[in-house]
Amino acid sequence: MIEYEEDDYAAESTKWYQRRLSGILTKTKDKKATPDGLWEKCGRCKAIVPSKDWMNNNYVCPQCQYHDRIGSHEYFEILFDKGKFTEIAKNLSSGDPLEFTDTAPYKDRTKVAQKKTGLNDAVRTATGKINDQKIVISCMDFAFIGGSMGSVVGEKIARGIDYALEHKIPFLMISKSGGARMMEAAFSLMQMAKTSAKLALLHKAGVPYISLMTNPTTGGVTASFAMLGDFNIAEPEALIGFAGPRVIRETIGKDLPKGFQSSEFLLEHGFLDFIVPRTQLKDTLSNLLQLIWDKKTTKKETT
Amino acid sequence: MATTQWLDFEKDIAELHEQLAKAKETHEKGKLNMTDMIQTLESKIKEAQKAIYSHLSGWQKVQISRHPERPYTLDYIEHIVTNFIELHGDRQVKDDKAIVGGFGQIDGETYMIIGQQKGRNTKQRQYRNFGMPNPEGYRKALRLMKLAEKFNKPIITFIDTPGASPGLEAEERGQGEAIARNLFEMATLNVPIICIVIGEGASGGALGIGVGDRVLMMQYTWYSVISPESCSSILWRTWDKKELAADALKLSAEDMLKNGLIDGIIPEPMGGAHHDPETAYKNVKATILKEIKTLKALKTDVLVGQRIDKFSNMGVVVESEE
Repeated sequence: MIEYEEDDYAAESTKWYQRRLSGILTKTKDKKATPDGLWEKCGRCKAIVPSKDWMNNNYVCPQCQYHDRIGSHEYFEILFDKGKFTEIAKNLSSGDPLEFTDTAPYKDRTKVAQKKTGLNDAVRTATGKINDQKIVISCMDFAFIGGSMGSVVGEKIARGIDYALEHKIPFLMISKSGGARMMEAAFSLMQMAKTSAKLALLHKAGVPYISLMTNPTTGGVTASFAMLGDFNIAEPEALIGFAGPRVIRETIGKDLPKGFQSSEFLLEHGFLDFIVPRTQLKDTLSNLLQLIWDKKTTKKETT
Repeated sequence: MATTQWLDFEKDIAELHEQLAKAKETHEKGKLNMTDMIQTLESKIKEAQKAIYSHLSGWQKVQISRHPERPYTLDYIEHIVTNFIELHGDRQVKDDKAIVGGFGQIDGETYMIIGQQKGRNTKQRQYRNFGMPNPEGYRKALRLMKLAEKFNKPIITFIDTPGASPGLEAEERGQGEAIARNLFEMATLNVPIICIVIGEGASGGALGIGVGDRVLMMQYTWYSVISPESCSSILWRTWDKKELAADALKLSAEDMLKNGLIDGIIPEPMGGAHHDPETAYKNVKATILKEIKTLKALKTDVLVGQRIDKFSNMGVVVESEE
């Protein structure tokens, strides 16, 4: 269940600026060639930081450690060695199985989202290396209809797991989602069962699965693959929960305690292994994998 | 007819029933011979029922699925299962009253039977938390399913929930993790699993005991990612579009079967299970016996493989060349 940010659908109204071509995929590396004099303002402490420093710090405010919301482009750039990777099941897009229409047809919504984000759907799966260790990463994009999970998200994650299983490569899931995509109704719901079943197979094969939860990870995503890691880890101060805060507030009729459903709250209640700042993410992941996963392990597991 | 509470769209039938009752009363008192009248009314009722129940909208089916007189999990257990022994607790926190489970026999064979349980009156409803399980409910269910696996007994789950409980404690104790764990574990359990939606199948709260070799829905139930009311509130930003939302979600048994998301439909008596619970029990029992025969004939690895393949194939995507 997702609660949309208004601006997800606002693209159409911003006629004064419209991206003409879909699928512009400027590498973040190239974007880094920012001319001097561009600045980012921290969404929390309002510090003014040169864009270059902002990016080089993995989109984390150097002043207050606020983790700015980023998507798969940025994560792939941060994690994969030299930003090099091969995408898996790249060209999947939604089939609108229910011909769903609310205030606008779902077909139009996906088209608008595709135009606005240059993405096909709310997840991208890729394989590459982090510090020389082969890995498969599925990373969600919140910019695409709130990172909601429909058939495409389920299928691309499933194909990532299949690839990891076939090649005996560790699997990393980066979750960032409002939950299931209502416009695919029960098809969305069943993606929870589908991805969990695939993870069960990965588990039986002894291949590591790391689940990284980022802000926000809620609903059906939390109630399936996000919580099923051999290692459940999170970025600091991310919202992680099953029911959204608004729903809980309405149910219990009072305000929620401060820090409720934050990464720190989940760590304290025993649902996370650790919290990792984005600036240390890559090294932490490769250190962890080094402890448990080497070629010898691979051979043993395959026999 | 066994109901005393008619739904808004059943007004015509309710009126005819009232007339019929009066006619019968007069007849019995011997004042007038009302045989003809009674016959006419009875056939009129049949016609009205046929007209109404054969064209139910999504929302009307949701209403029937929530009828307060519908049989709940424990009713099915009472009428289908013998020697039932309820087993309590998740061995961690507490015993969740919104999920019940235990071993029992159907036609002499032992099964593990698990289901969400709603209450009939205010007190019971609170006791059962309106059929909304907390994490310990899902963990109890998993504990019982693992027991079934250990003793090689098939599992039946009855799904009837407006959703997993959304509350402070549920979040603190990991509602998401509890449901996720069940999906993960149910996918590879080494015994046959039959899941039957007997009322409401709302979202992850339903799916948490819903990964099976056969997922069946009773004729007037619903199963989807969200309730029509909540869907209306989020997508239309008003609570008033629930009828539209119910149709758009394609949440009925018919639509779910057409979309390949369930494996079959169990017919209900005219107007819903609460009009004639005995028939509902009979149909459910017959279906369980029929399906279990097929499933028991499969080798374990084939059974589990087919279960995983079935869920893996769910979803509609377009793959372009480019």
